[in-house]
Amino acid sequence: MALQYWIWIAVGISFSIYIAIAIISRASSTGEFYIAGKGVPPIANGMATAADWMSAASFISMAGIISFNGYDGSVYLMGWTGGYVLLALLLAPYLRKFGKFTVPDFIGDRYYSNVARAVAVFCALIVSFTYIAGQMRGVGVVFSRYLEVDINTGVFIGMLIVLFYAVLGGMKGITYTQVAQYCVLIFAFMLPAIFISLMVTGNVIPQIGFGTSGSDGVYLLDKLDGLQRELGFHEYTSGKKSTLDVFFITAALMVGTAGLPHVIVRFFTVKKVSDARKSAGWALLFIAILYTTAPAVAVFSRTNLIETVSNKAYANLPEWFEKWESTGLIAFDDKNQDGLIQYVADSEVNELTVDADIMVLANPEIANLPNWVIAIMAAGALAAALSTAAGLLLVISSSVSHDLIKKMIKPDVSEKGELIAARLSAVGAVMLAAYFGINPPGFVAATVALAFGLAAASFFPAIVMGIFSKKMNKEGAVAGMVVGVLLMLFYMTKFKFGWFGGGTEKDWWFGISPEGFGTFAMMVNFTVSIIISKFTPAPDSEIQQLVENIRNPNDN
Amino acid sequence: MSIRQNYWKTNLRYLVILLSIWFTVSFGFGILFADQLNQIQIGGFKLGFWFAQQGAIYVFVILIFVYIYLMNRLDEKFKNEK
Repeated sequence: MALQYWIWIAVGISFSIYIAIAIISRASSTGEFYIAGKGVPPIANGMATAADWMSAASFISMAGIISFNGYDGSVYLMGWTGGYVLLALLLAPYLRKFGKFTVPDFIGDRYYSNVARAVAVFCALIVSFTYIAGQMRGVGVVFSRYLEVDINTGVFIGMLIVLFYAVLGGMKGITYTQVAQYCVLIFAFMLPAIFISLMVTGNVIPQIGFGTSGSDGVYLLDKLDGLQRELGFHEYTSGKKSTLDVFFITAALMVGTAGLPHVIVRFFTVKKVSDARKSAGWALLFIAILYTTAPAVAVFSRTNLIETVSNKAYANLPEWFEKWESTGLIAFDDKNQDGLIQYVADSEVNELTVDADIMVLANPEIANLPNWVIAIMAAGALAAALSTAAGLLLVISSSVSHDLIKKMIKPDVSEKGELIAARLSAVGAVMLAAYFGINPPGFVAATVALAFGLAAASFFPAIVMGIFSKKMNKEGAVAGMVVGVLLMLFYMTKFKFGWFGGGTEKDWWFGISPEGFGTFAMMVNFTVSIIISKFTPAPDSEIQQLVENIRNPNDN
Repeated sequence: MSIRQNYWKTNLRYLVILLSIWFTVSFGFGILFADQLNQIQIGGFKLGFWFAQQGAIYVFVILIFVYIYLMNRLDEKFKNEK
């Protein structure tokens, strides 16, 4: 059967499942809309968190980025998994014990101040919007690539689907659709990976396979290091970035992960404190399956690419090369007119440009897998993009309806009124996100990575100190958050958009890149908070009692 | 020391131990000492590279499940003493 039919079938079936789930588990109260009525079992919550977490970028782009950066790609692997240790150990159980709806809820109550709450709402909205605009674009790109519609139509279709199940189902609907989406995406990622591993190394497990040798008896990584050196690229297993910068970027991604509101809120949805710990464990296990496979895929496809194209005659290349050439993801320019492909580091001589996404997208064809596998990949990529977008939407809508309207503007709003407000703000947020998906501001790609820096510089210190220090007061926390976020915004706009005089790599403070600066801003946040809190009155006994209470898992 | 303080102290001790391991495998083995560890090769993997792209992640998963086990045990003990 033709590929296009398979794709429509796979996408059609998976979308019907999501919609059916949304109808069955639609939300009927604010508690269900915001936090799924606190009734999600830990394994289901782990899967939902994993789907929520892994975006189109994790699914399509990450393996490719690692394959071009080698060791330097480790910042993403460690950074986007290590944060779950912080979540499980330092945040999730206590926030669940606190037992309200949102992150600004915690900040507002713990620091007994609506100023603190407002700062938290502001940070949550900035972080979520920078993130979701990228997701909507991702939805559009995936749709256009697989369904042969243009990107804007893709964004529009994606928007309607998300709108339907997020607005109807709220957190409850989203959670169970995300469980289904996790299953689809992990199957779609693993299947080609396993086949490629079998093809290249004869080992069924990719994680082990990339440490073994191919048919020529040379260890794959040694061979790749050799190929890279020969062509003038840096050695695969060692990096180009400075150790300090790798350290700071990894830390910013880890702490940022632990501070992202759409991740934290997932731990509000379980029944009890011990379930919050358990779901963090399951979530990381489910994420680790993809994150430990991606570096193996990166090595297989990098080796494969170099061996297939380097110094080979353009006329004799395999069929998949030509197919992907037509999408513009891979391009050949025969500069010296010899009919051979020179793929080298020196940009003067290099004749081949390769988009990172191709490393995952072309896998099924490289491994000669049947068309239905490609169709499942399409469904998997869409599942990854939609699940993340839906999770973010919910954070935005609850920030508006709960934190702004219910807690600050109109506290006497009825439960029913609040639920309507929640649904309306979800609609508004989808439209805004779709607008950014269709007219992407140039800074989207740059800021998605920086959303982590912002989360690290704002929420993480305020939440951790709110739990682990009884003396931390509102003056300290607010000052820390404001200084942290402004410093991060300053650094990122200075070096990414050229504001405040701009600057280049050699102007970076202590050699830290904007991606890693969140770690520095976080340290400043901690320092400012602690110093200010020493000179201002400690919280009264009621707040100290609240802290005592969230530390204790048993009584209510 | 009250039971409650005891519970919190024990929890903090677990956190310090587990987070030290978390730091050591990722920032230590995977980044700061990666070059030295890369001198050691196990199978086709240089050790520093392996920690950065595989090992650290496995240890992270194990750490969380160890913490779940320790805290469930502690919660149980705390409940009985009360």
